Amino acid sequence: MLLAMKLKAALTAAALASPFAMTAVTPSDTLPSAQEFAALKAENFSYRIAGDFSRDGKPVAAPLRQIKLDSSLAIMTRQVTAAEYARCVDDGGCPRIPQASTKDDMPMVGVNWRDATAYARWMTRTTGKLHRLPTDEEWVFAAAEKASDDALPVTGAADPVRVWIARYEAETSRERPALLAPQPVGAFGRNERGLQDVAGNVWEWTDTCFVRHDVEPSGAARVTNTNCGVRVVQGAHRAYMTDFIRDPRTGGCAAGVPPANLGFRLVVEQERWPGLRRMAERAADKVFGRL
Amino acid sequence: MITRRTALMGVAAVALVIAAPALADDLKLPRESVELVAPPFVHAHDQVAKGGPKIMEFKLTIREKEVVIDDAGTKLQAMTFNGSIPAPMMVVHEGDYVELTLVNPETNTMPHNIDLHAATGGLGGGALTHVNPGEQTVLRFKATRTGTFVYHCAPEGMIPWHVVSGMHGTIMVLPRDGLKNPEGKPLHYDRIYYVGENDFYIPKDENGKYKSYDSPGEAFADTTEVMRKLIPTHVVFNGRVGALTGKNAMTAKVGETVMFVHSEANRDTRPHIIGGHGDYVWETGKFSNPPEKDLETWFIRGGSAGAALYTFRQPGVYAYVNHNLIEAAELGATAHIKVDGEWNNDLMKQVVPPGPIPVGKSSAAAATVLTR
Ligand SMILES: [Cu+2]
Repeated sequence: MLLAMKLKAALTAAALASPFAMTAVTPSDTLPSAQEFAALKAENFSYRIAGDFSRDGKPVAAPLRQIKLDSSLAIMTRQVTAAEYARCVDDGGCPRIPQASTKDDMPMVGVNWRDATAYARWMTRTTGKLHRLPTDEEWVFAAAEKASDDALPVTGAADPVRVWIARYEAETSRERPALLAPQPVGAFGRNERGLQDVAGNVWEWTDTCFVRHDVEPSGAARVTNTNCGVRVVQGAHRAYMTDFIRDPRTGGCAAGVPPANLGFRLVVEQERWPGLRRMAERAADKVFGRL
Repeated sequence: MITRRTALMGVAAVALVIAAPALADDLKLPRESVELVAPPFVHAHDQVAKGGPKIMEFKLTIREKEVVIDDAGTKLQAMTFNGSIPAPMMVVHEGDYVELTLVNPETNTMPHNIDLHAATGGLGGGALTHVNPGEQTVLRFKATRTGTFVYHCAPEGMIPWHVVSGMHGTIMVLPRDGLKNPEGKPLHYDRIYYVGENDFYIPKDENGKYKSYDSPGEAFADTTEVMRKLIPTHVVFNGRVGALTGKNAMTAKVGETVMFVHSEANRDTRPHIIGGHGDYVWETGKFSNPPEKDLETWFIRGGSAGAALYTFRQPGVYAYVNHNLIEAAELGATAHIKVDGEWNNDLMKQVVPPGPIPVGKSSAAAATVLTR
């Protein structure tokens, strides 16, 4: 795993060295006026790896790891607002969302992963700085005490049906957010890292794909399938969402508590050639897996 | 769609996905591998089982693809098992084990699974068969009940959309000793057709023109809007308006007994053979119940498949319709059956062909009315 990460980093660096130029325009009137980024220094934190894990065909809890991000993280202190998203739409950078109904000063909700990604691309174009969705690891780090651990209930028995029922019980007993409608920015307070509205009633898209792992006898986890048509969304609990879903509440015949709304916040980097880095990362992911 | 956001089916997929240790070598039974064929045809099978229970092997490969659903060229981002709408019909006997390999090729964009109404537990198999693009799974279940049973894709959060996009089919579990009439006498068919009905919900643009999309995902939001109004834009047999007409019409001969299996995975319907009947009809499709006799129209509940036996007595062209005639004529639910043979004047005879109304007779009739 370590080797894979090193190779991945090497590939990324190689791609960044390519001499592609990017025209950065900064027309200040189209920019969101007050997007604030919290600069978070990397430090150790515990992280429950996203996705499914099984051993000998039986579901097991995802490994809990102590990890540290590669570098410091600049992440928005609040979610992207409806007004900000509207500017991207007016500029032709983001899809117009027919059902969007939030007010200007409220978080933009009703967006799917593709919309959120389009917004990040537009921000990158207009500012010349790489904007992107956070990874699940980055989100958990930034969410700090607001992040929830979704460990699979341990039943002791090697009986998948027990696990199934235990999980059902755990997930259906989750509390529903008291308010389903989006609230003005700041309504859900600030976390210890200075981020507003973390784990309120707007779940946030991340860039992390749904991954299935097989845990080998040695304890090493091997990726058996990566499905990037499904991304991790984060909030009061972690969920997996198909990338074109805008309304997480559709599909009412299942029993658990779905995310109330889908929105997002962005991470910003100083790199000049984000596309290349992402391409290289994707290539590296394909070759080495995501662990 | 993957899971946990709304627990039930999601958790199922997470928890049970590869629960079975290995393939079914634990069963010491003969195996038979069946090559499925596209509807309205049905793979060759015995009506009365030869020998004891078997492990019947089937393979369904999921194909997401664009299809044309009417003569105007309206396009659907279809989701299918094996590329056809409906999916192929599988035939086994009571007590057989159905061993189904479900393949979701990497070229697809979405996770899928399968819920078989003939199976017991595990959400009909839906909990154990959740496959992402690039995965496959093998499910085995025991066919404990006889009848025609719908199967369909059931990905949590998107079930109706996958079903009305084409992911449904039928499995027929025959009694080991074959079909019986209400008196217990054996019934037999000379040929069998599988008609799968599908309601489609195609979004329109501001000018009322049907919209098309580049992928299923892009069609999802608009399609869901149309679905929620519950009024289909198309109601068709075998995936397309006119799929079973003209050179693709079903065929039969006078004296032949034909089994028509009719499924609708989502919505109620009512097949009717114009000019014919159902001699023996299992309206609910379940062979443990005696068939009804001499039906004119039979009701297929949404989410079920029914079976009707009919022996053709007269040659000609028959229309096989959903007898909501608006759906048959305006939305597409019409098929044809061409039947070869000798006309029987005893059953029907044109005594006087259509012609001018004779003058005398008609005025006499009018006079009678007037004098009353
Ligand atoms: Cu499906």
